[in-house]
Amino acid sequence: MTSAIQAEGLAKQFGETKALTSVDLQVPAGTVLGLLGPNGAGKTTAVRILTTLLRPDAGRAVVMGHDVAKDPERVREIIGLTGQYAAVDEHLTGTENLIFLARLLGFSRARSRAVAADLLERFGLSDAADRSAKTYSGGMRRRLDLAACLVADPKVIFLDEPTTGLDPNARDQLWEIIRDQVRRGSTVLLTTQYLEEADQLADDIVVIDHGSVVAQGTPQTLKREFGRPTLEVRPVHHEQLDRVADVVADVAGERTVEGRAVKTRVHDATVLPAVVRRLDEAGIEVAELSVREPSLDEVFKQLTVTGAEV
Amino acid sequence: MTAVAETTSTPPGTTTRRQRGPVATLRQSATVAWRQLVQIKHSPEQLVEVGIQPVIFVFLFAFVLSGQMDGDRHTYLQFVVPGLIVQSAVLVTARTAIAMNGDVTSGLFDRFRSLPISRTAPLIGRIVADYVMLVWSVVLLLAFGMLLSFRIETSWTRLLPMFLLLLVFSFCLSWAAVYAGLLASNPENVQALAFGLMLPLTFLSSVFVRTDTMPGWLQAVVNLNPVSMLADAIRGLLVSGPIAAPVTKTLIASLVLLAIFAPLALRAYHRER
Repeated sequence: MTSAIQAEGLAKQFGETKALTSVDLQVPAGTVLGLLGPNGAGKTTAVRILTTLLRPDAGRAVVMGHDVAKDPERVREIIGLTGQYAAVDEHLTGTENLIFLARLLGFSRARSRAVAADLLERFGLSDAADRSAKTYSGGMRRRLDLAACLVADPKVIFLDEPTTGLDPNARDQLWEIIRDQVRRGSTVLLTTQYLEEADQLADDIVVIDHGSVVAQGTPQTLKREFGRPTLEVRPVHHEQLDRVADVVADVAGERTVEGRAVKTRVHDATVLPAVVRRLDEAGIEVAELSVREPSLDEVFKQLTVTGAEV
Repeated sequence: MTAVAETTSTPPGTTTRRQRGPVATLRQSATVAWRQLVQIKHSPEQLVEVGIQPVIFVFLFAFVLSGQMDGDRHTYLQFVVPGLIVQSAVLVTARTAIAMNGDVTSGLFDRFRSLPISRTAPLIGRIVADYVMLVWSVVLLLAFGMLLSFRIETSWTRLLPMFLLLLVFSFCLSWAAVYAGLLASNPENVQALAFGLMLPLTFLSSVFVRTDTMPGWLQAVVNLNPVSMLADAIRGLLVSGPIAAPVTKTLIASLVLLAIFAPLALRAYHRER
């Protein structure tokens, strides 16, 4: 397996603030890595180091075999970057924006036109090609921005929060474009605050918080490893809630009363028969009883709140 | 994992040529300048915006202020039009600073910096495009001035060296503007900074009045102002008075500005944000 991106011990400090402490990343060629974390976790700093915009204080990063600190020029020839803000010139039309970048990269006039037309077509922007970008919706701007980063046909693409602020429809469109790009053989590193996005797009997820990695693995592994299923019991008679809670605590070791139900995290579903039996013995009528698999969102919250302990 | 091994071969599919060297820099600068100028096609009001200011100033000085000056309106116009040309140059560099900051805050500069292109092309391209705007505003200023009795007393051919001198001066001063634009955190700050510097720069100079009307200590300051040197040089070239001395002083002052601000601007450009 060849790594498209490999980083070891990346660290970066801004004044007193430690943006990254020691981050290792590895992205096999042709796959998508989701770099997941709350605001200020260090996601953007990591992307900026990997795209040669920042030099790391410590550690080393290699993109397609080229060291980002020692040979940034070579790295820039291979990568495409889409930052957090749609970096398009809003006074120019969609076509002009793309032609501008193509010309900047040394393409001939004819080839620049062809590349621009092709990308606009692919991204569903052909109808708006000759309108200035300031008339575009948020989703269209993001798509144009992504198209701009693909002008040079980069092998490795960095997307920093590509869908933040988009409505679900526009977000779905952008996801489809990213999937399509991966099918074409690109390697993608995307940062996101949304688990759903990582779950939808990423082959692997790295969760970072306060500048260091708190968990990593496939979406499934993360759910299995860090998320415990939730047992929820709702008695028919509200007054029996306390007795239900006692029973649950006895079996599962924890009790939390939320509204009209008792909820607790359990290790696995095997506690279920015991809970049912004990409730039956106690003569408590149950309206609802369930064991629910964790959502990635719960895993994420758990990881980034108690990050240090995990 | 053994995949960290560095490869030296160009990965397949890398189609872009290597973009290095002075020729590539020039070509990329021209592309960036094209980007600025093609904007005019979409918002032609930019031309009015840049053009209206000198016209208003000529009007203001010809009709509102010239009465207080000695001599008649024509005499003052002969003095102040060359000064207003210099003021236009200073105004256009303020535009440079503001636009530069816009590119930084919008993330466009991050994209430039992540591309395999010359580091200076985005800066030079912007400066070149703004010079084109300056030429446009000076042409309007001269035309309107002539409508109100301004005359080139030397020779029309002197316009060429005048524009060349203006090019050198504004190219060098632009680096200060670029520096301010890269340094400030938002466009409002740049605006405040640019105008805060521009007013003293133009008023403490020979742009609007003869320096021998000022107190001696102030004259010393004003005569050191590069803006005064350029105003005197343009007066010499278009109207009357010495040419060689103010032109030489302007060129030296321009080089000093360049030597100070170009490295600062480049450093700010590479600075980590």
